[in-house]
Amino acid sequence: MRALVYHGKHDIRCDTVPDPVIEHARDVIIRVTSTCICGSDLHLYDGFMVGMKDGDIVGHEPMGEVVEVGSEIRNLKVGDRVVVPFTIQCGECDQCKLGNFSVCERTNRNADLARKMFGHTTAGLFGYTHLTGGYAGGQAEYLRVPYADVGPVKVPDGMSDEQVVFLSDILPTGWQAAVQADIQPTDTVAIWGAGPVGQFAIRSAVLLGAKQVVCIDREPERLSMARAGGALTINFELESVIARLNELTEGKGPEKCIDAVGMEAHVGLKHPDTLMDRAKQAIMAETDRPHVIREMIYVCRPGGTLSIPGVYGGLIDKIPFGALMNKGLTVRTGQTHVPRWTADLLRRIQQGQIDPTFVITHTVGLEKGPEMYKVFRDKQDGCVKVVLKPNLH
Amino acid sequence: MDNQMRMNREAAAKRRAMQLGWFSVGLGMAELFCARGMARMMGMSGREGLLRLYGLREIAAGIGLFACKDDPERWMWGRVAGDAVDIATLAANVSGNPRKAAIALALANVGAVTAVDVMTARELSLLKELAQPPVRDYSDRVGFGGTPDSVRGAARKDFEVPPDMQAPPGMRPTMH
Repeated sequence: MRALVYHGKHDIRCDTVPDPVIEHARDVIIRVTSTCICGSDLHLYDGFMVGMKDGDIVGHEPMGEVVEVGSEIRNLKVGDRVVVPFTIQCGECDQCKLGNFSVCERTNRNADLARKMFGHTTAGLFGYTHLTGGYAGGQAEYLRVPYADVGPVKVPDGMSDEQVVFLSDILPTGWQAAVQADIQPTDTVAIWGAGPVGQFAIRSAVLLGAKQVVCIDREPERLSMARAGGALTINFELESVIARLNELTEGKGPEKCIDAVGMEAHVGLKHPDTLMDRAKQAIMAETDRPHVIREMIYVCRPGGTLSIPGVYGGLIDKIPFGALMNKGLTVRTGQTHVPRWTADLLRRIQQGQIDPTFVITHTVGLEKGPEMYKVFRDKQDGCVKVVLKPNLH
Repeated sequence: MDNQMRMNREAAAKRRAMQLGWFSVGLGMAELFCARGMARMMGMSGREGLLRLYGLREIAAGIGLFACKDDPERWMWGRVAGDAVDIATLAANVSGNPRKAAIALALANVGAVTAVDVMTARELSLLKELAQPPVRDYSDRVGFGGTPDSVRGAARKDFEVPPDMQAPPGMRPTMH
């Protein structure tokens, strides 16, 4: 089959690789019909995540048609259309029983490696380093889905791929980012990053009743999409984020701050800390650039909440922990517990309350995937979200 | 709002570019007409011809900035390139120079001016980039079944934040 394969920093190719096979009775194989490039895939592409190997198949936002089922699978049959969450969960361990699927205790095949890095293991993820199990990813024609009796979401008849494919990651991720901020009707919610997760966090914050949603970015196209979803916008190249957020909140700061940027914050002269972070990354003295976390801590209203869905991989410096502690801020973060939210979100899509297709800007075949990584990374051609169609040539 | 702010910053950056143009002309005249004194002061006697050449370059940069006052970006980057040449020349004359303190002072001055030049040039480049119309217009990509205001709070009717994700009770406004 054809698949997008990691060969090193800035080197992803469309290769021919062996088809996946059923390895366990709880597996299914799907023929991928739609799969997306995620912002967190760019961290792999840019070489900032440890644990990738030459030859790894990337991608973790797939959906498709079931073509083969393991002997213990009862809930799915050949021909079913399913969306596959990016997290792999057993459904039986203590964490899964609590709904904390992204820290499932059993699905990471390299749990020892994760324990060394993080202290404890986290869930296996598709196509996202050997730290999270080294599972083959979904930017491919076929995908083996382990523990398929737990995660995959059956697609109701009549729904298009475009309507449901984002249930695999970015829609629940934006939703969880807003939910874990515990938004109240009196809240101002500030969201850093108008990429796909930021866009869904905006829509989620509006649905959850935020009084005011403010989005921070520098790309005019993305900011226009944020405004369309009901957000006020701040272009950080043009104005001071802190001054503007204080102005919008009568000097008190936003109650809830969401980091939808993560480890690769924009580097610019206007924010000297980002230059320092970049220099430290170059000499391996720091792995991530946490400018957004610093800014959120500084501007968040005392007693407020920071929600961090943006991906961080390792070590960060110069975090104003004194401000965090003295202001009594609550920090909530984590990979998304996707199956916790999918049924509810699917219903909202069916009811027409939310239409996730708005975020799609580019649809291409798998062969164009490597090129689209660069387009997406450099935000060329107004790129916000790329959907790959393996059957599109 | 964005546009007004961009235009204000652009006007300020262009004003700074003009001030740097006057500075360029002034420094250029000094290098052209007082080359001997300047060379002696910096322990660079015998390099008067080079200094005069640099003076002409500075005057040309100043004139270029005045001539292109509506779009001075390229001339500003030209000044940055000239600064690099100045720094390289001064650095090459440190070794064996009897007037090391004067050279160090000159290097510090050029360094400070370079910083202002880089910031101004970068600001002009950035503002020019931001003035470009968006490649695509996504202002119709609402993502809801209606307007944002028509669905604001819709999920509060049928969704409750799970207890493990709620803010500490004392920090919820309903508790005040």
